[in-house]
Amino acid sequence: MIEVNNIKKTYRIGDSDFQALKGVTFTIQDGEFVAIMGPSGSGKSTLMYILGALDTPTSGTYVLDGKDVSTLNDDELADIRREKIGFVFQSFNILPRATVLSNVMLPLTYAGVVGEERLQRARKALFAAGLEEQHFSHRSNQLSGGQVQRVAIARSLVNNPALILADEPTGNLDSKTGEIVLATFGKLNKEEGRTIVLITHEPDVAQHADRIIVIKDGSIVEDIPTRSGKKHILPHGASTI
Amino acid sequence: MRISDLLHETYSSLSSNKARSGLTILGIVIGISSVIAMVSIGQGAQGSIQSSIQSIGSNLILVMPGAQRGAGVQISAGRGSARTLTQADADAITLSGNTEITSVAPELSGRYQVTSKGTNTNTSVVGVTDTYLGVRNIQLDQGLFITDQHLRSLSKVAVVGPTVVTDLFGDGGNAIGQTIRIKNVEFKIIGVTKAKGGSGFGSQDDMIFVPLTSAERFLAGDNYVTTISVQARDSSSMSTVQQDLTTLLLERHHISDPQLADFSTLNQADIVATASTVTNTLTILLAAVAGISLLVGGIGIMNMMLTNVTERTREIGLRKAIGAKRRDINLQFLLEAVMLTFLGGAIGVVLGWGISVGINQFGLIQTKVSVSSILIAFGVSTVIGIIFGYYPARRASKLNPIVALRYE
Ligand SMILES: Nc1ncnc2c1ncn2[C@@H]1O[C@H](COP(=O)(O)OP(=O)(O)OP(=O)(O)O)[C@@H](O)[C@H]1O
Ligand SMILES: [Mg+2]
Repeated sequence: MIEVNNIKKTYRIGDSDFQALKGVTFTIQDGEFVAIMGPSGSGKSTLMYILGALDTPTSGTYVLDGKDVSTLNDDELADIRREKIGFVFQSFNILPRATVLSNVMLPLTYAGVVGEERLQRARKALFAAGLEEQHFSHRSNQLSGGQVQRVAIARSLVNNPALILADEPTGNLDSKTGEIVLATFGKLNKEEGRTIVLITHEPDVAQHADRIIVIKDGSIVEDIPTRSGKKHILPHGASTI
Repeated sequence: MRISDLLHETYSSLSSNKARSGLTILGIVIGISSVIAMVSIGQGAQGSIQSSIQSIGSNLILVMPGAQRGAGVQISAGRGSARTLTQADADAITLSGNTEITSVAPELSGRYQVTSKGTNTNTSVVGVTDTYLGVRNIQLDQGLFITDQHLRSLSKVAVVGPTVVTDLFGDGGNAIGQTIRIKNVEFKIIGVTKAKGGSGFGSQDDMIFVPLTSAERFLAGDNYVTTISVQARDSSSMSTVQQDLTTLLLERHHISDPQLADFSTLNQADIVATASTVTNTLTILLAAVAGISLLVGGIGIMNMMLTNVTERTREIGLRKAIGAKRRDINLQFLLEAVMLTFLGGAIGVVLGWGISVGINQFGLIQTKVSVSSILIAFGVSTVIGIIFGYYPARRASKLNPIVALRYE
């Protein structure tokens, strides 16, 4: 469960401070599929980095599964990321010199999974992300944009994380490929019960989620269930300013 | 992260930019190979100087006329040097009963014009006793050496070195039984010494040995000797023997102040030690110059690794995002640097060895590559990798993952 309480994030640019998040509070239950929307520069990625334990807030608390993440040091944050979180970055971030399989196995090497198990888990994740086996030994420059995005999704799955964070996962894809990728996320959420936080500024994409949180200028302006999400139990404590 | 995974990462990242890795390795190769080659030249020089000093005999103390001079000064004093030592001095040393002394060999050397049937040469003629052969480590190739009988009867016989044979009788000429004229006195050749090679302290291959008594009578015309070689029993007794000799001769020459001695003694061990200091200094100097190129190679490693860290900022961010700890990143980059220097070290050792063997083949100088210099080269190259890779690796490991991921 994600419990975010009055989180602020201030960036220092030269002599002046810039507040990218101005006090954000919400709760995401396990197994929810949430879309975070907002115009460019509103603080979506900043929020995702904090949720993903890549960064800590300037003030406020972030409790993940009962553990306060906001005060941890670098290596403790790395542990959280390795054990609980899978990232899909907007700009893929696939190592170009490694094969598809090696890329997907990378989180496992840091988690200390070795040998045959590592290989099998990577293959399983790639199948779950919907990539055909014939591409497993290719490098990223031999793949299409959609295929690369599947590799990125497979990599985010391979550690069996409870929480998957995806920053504009369909931003670089045509609408048809985007649909397939989104369907994959939907499946992971519905069938495997993973919590998914998806960042987008396209309302169509956001409709795939159960709930939409809208951010503007570092503050939440809306937190509503989608049409599909109404069928699900809605969390309480979701608040707006 | 396991070592095998780390090695795999290292291999993949180094081979993804072969040209750059190769050039960086080249810097270390040049550094290590020049260290190996230079040290082998220095040690080779040391070896050949020492063996040429040893070739004049073992455990020798040389007594020469004239005031005391430092070691390393020309030993075989020619004509015209002070005349203070006599055959009697040599006999007194022999008769002193010092059990540490195994042999005494006085000699009288001078340069003379030597002729034989129209050919002639100018060479060293040394009047020696029968003990000279053993003291100076001379071996005969043909014939006999000068005997006690020759000395007593003032025989006009000569033992010549191989160079003299070539000079007078041509390559492979037969010298035994031939007659040569030294200072217009006829001598009959009764023996030829074995070639010793080297030059160090006046080649023994280019000498003519005659009985000391004959040399005094027919060539020099007086009873003075130019050197008395005294052989001590072993190396540990050399300094005592040297001390005893000095005391004995001072007494015989009626000199009370050792500072005013009219002769000088030279201990072979001292010569070796002096020569060693010189060659050691030379070796260190050569190694230092080579070491500088190794340092430059190390800076090349650091430069490449820093570029690497900058270029791979996003990769570092990604690795951190998927759970790499500082230590993982640190190790990865450190290992890359160490791998570069280790490879450079390995190739450098082979190349340096090759250079050293090549120098040997060309006969420039007798070189030798020691195991210790190879081990040191490997150690040093690895340490250079750690030292020059440390800072870039640390910089990589400290990168903030978000800054790294946002890096364009
Ligand atoms: N490291 C930083 N230093 C200073 N300002 C920053 C930094 N990172 C982000 N910002 C600022 O914080 C604000 C929010 O950035 P963020 O990346 O979260 O926006 P976003 O909502 O993800 O936008 P987009 O949809 O374009 O990706 C922006 O105005 C940005 O300029
Ligand atoms: Mg963004």
